[in-house]
Amino acid sequence: MKTVRPFRIDAEALSSFLPSRAIRGWQGLLLLGIFLASLAAAQAQGVAAPQTPSAIATLIEWMPFILKGFVLNLVMSFLAMGIATVLGIALGMLQLSHSRLLRAPAWIITHLFRNSPWLVILFVVMLLVPFEVELPGGRNLILSDWIKATIAFSLPVMANVSEIVRGAIVSIPRGQWESAESLAFTRGQTLRWIILPQCVKRAIPPWMNWYALLAMATPMASILGVREAVGNAQAAMEAAGARPELLVPFYLFLLLLFFAYIYPISIWTRAIERKYAVET
Amino acid sequence: MPLVEVHDVHKSFGDLEVLKGVSFDVRQGEVVCIIGPSGSGKSTLIRCINGLNNIQQGSIKVEGQEVNDPNLNLLELRKKVGIVFQQYNLFPHKTALENVMMAPVKVLKEPKKEVEERARALIAKVRLGGKEDVYPGHLSGGQQQRVAIARSLAMRPDVMLFDEVTAALDPETVKEVLLTIKELAAEGMTCILVTHEMGFAREVADHVYFTDRGVIVEHGPPEELFTRAKDERTQRFLSQVV
Repeated sequence: MKTVRPFRIDAEALSSFLPSRAIRGWQGLLLLGIFLASLAAAQAQGVAAPQTPSAIATLIEWMPFILKGFVLNLVMSFLAMGIATVLGIALGMLQLSHSRLLRAPAWIITHLFRNSPWLVILFVVMLLVPFEVELPGGRNLILSDWIKATIAFSLPVMANVSEIVRGAIVSIPRGQWESAESLAFTRGQTLRWIILPQCVKRAIPPWMNWYALLAMATPMASILGVREAVGNAQAAMEAAGARPELLVPFYLFLLLLFFAYIYPISIWTRAIERKYAVET
Repeated sequence: MPLVEVHDVHKSFGDLEVLKGVSFDVRQGEVVCIIGPSGSGKSTLIRCINGLNNIQQGSIKVEGQEVNDPNLNLLELRKKVGIVFQQYNLFPHKTALENVMMAPVKVLKEPKKEVEERARALIAKVRLGGKEDVYPGHLSGGQQQRVAIARSLAMRPDVMLFDEVTAALDPETVKEVLLTIKELAAEGMTCILVTHEMGFAREVADHVYFTDRGVIVEHGPPEELFTRAKDERTQRFLSQVV
């Protein structure tokens, strides 16, 4: 009898609908066109009084301020990715440890942070991590909100890097371990010289995907008052008189800003994926 | 003293007993072939000799050193015993030369320059001169297998184990690998081979063991075993494969 699995999703079929595969270069240009057209439409709608500057003029005026905030988005994303990568690699290897005492906590941490909403993690970190930490030298380290947010964003990415690393290691054929073992490599040496170098190629595309997701998540920090791009845009609109006609151009600008940064990364990821697929 | 002494070895995977009391000796410079039907425990046996598989009962000694000893210095054992696998298992991210050099440099911490000289000589010896900088993915199966032999030899082992090294190869590349092994044997390397190449076993072996269902059924010099097998199981197997 044929077993029916109603909840099974065909990943291969699904992936063809995902934007990362569906979007081609010309479609990116199309999106840009739509943005510019809608900007013009927004402009036409706003019947501003003669003495107040137009929405576009206001946006241009505040652009440096928003871009300054965007630098913080980049800084947070880089730092969080760095933390996530270092901890995630360690966690991924611990998940494969021979010792249950190391394996179990690594497994729990990985799955806890992989399966929780980022926003909730963000709130928990904000509430649990103290504002000030006393260093051994007697000096105090101030953990400002953006640092806390960076830590919070690094946790779910760390958990996913952990899974990427674990998956990459187990995907290396057993024969590699055996031949290394028979050549007198220790387990650590085998990992260092033979297994991990082979994992890098397999892990880079998913790792880059998670970076893109992370960079897109950084505006969440604005909810907690971090002055990144979205937070600054909101502050700018407030300062410019909180006029409703500002909303569309400001948010569309943010959209374009993030798109212009993330989209090339996504194209690059796909190129690397294809290149490695051909090589192996 | 024999170089390798296998005495009453028992090995089980869970409830399945694969080796049921196997004993044999291999002397320095001897070439020994182990033949027998699939699933008779040949590969398991050979893998026990370098400690890749542990045994439950019995004793395996290499140069007098017990392999089945929890305090065994595995590094010392593996310097003495080289193994070549059916699936070559070359490191795909390293060139042929780097594959051969890796273990002496990283594990034995030998000077890189010396190792490179030796590695180049070994690659030439397995008739792959000119392929030093090629990655395994661009070599044929037979070429990869010869790199694997060179890689193992780079550790300067006293005994070489060959685990069905031609079983995964195209027929036309089998010959070149067998030739390499033959030359090695002629130079006096002690070799233990698990093989299905009966003609080859007959030609190079000093002694042939026929195994079936975890025991050695019959053994002797190849001329004797291949022409005047006494046991009915051996006769039946040989009539099927030769």
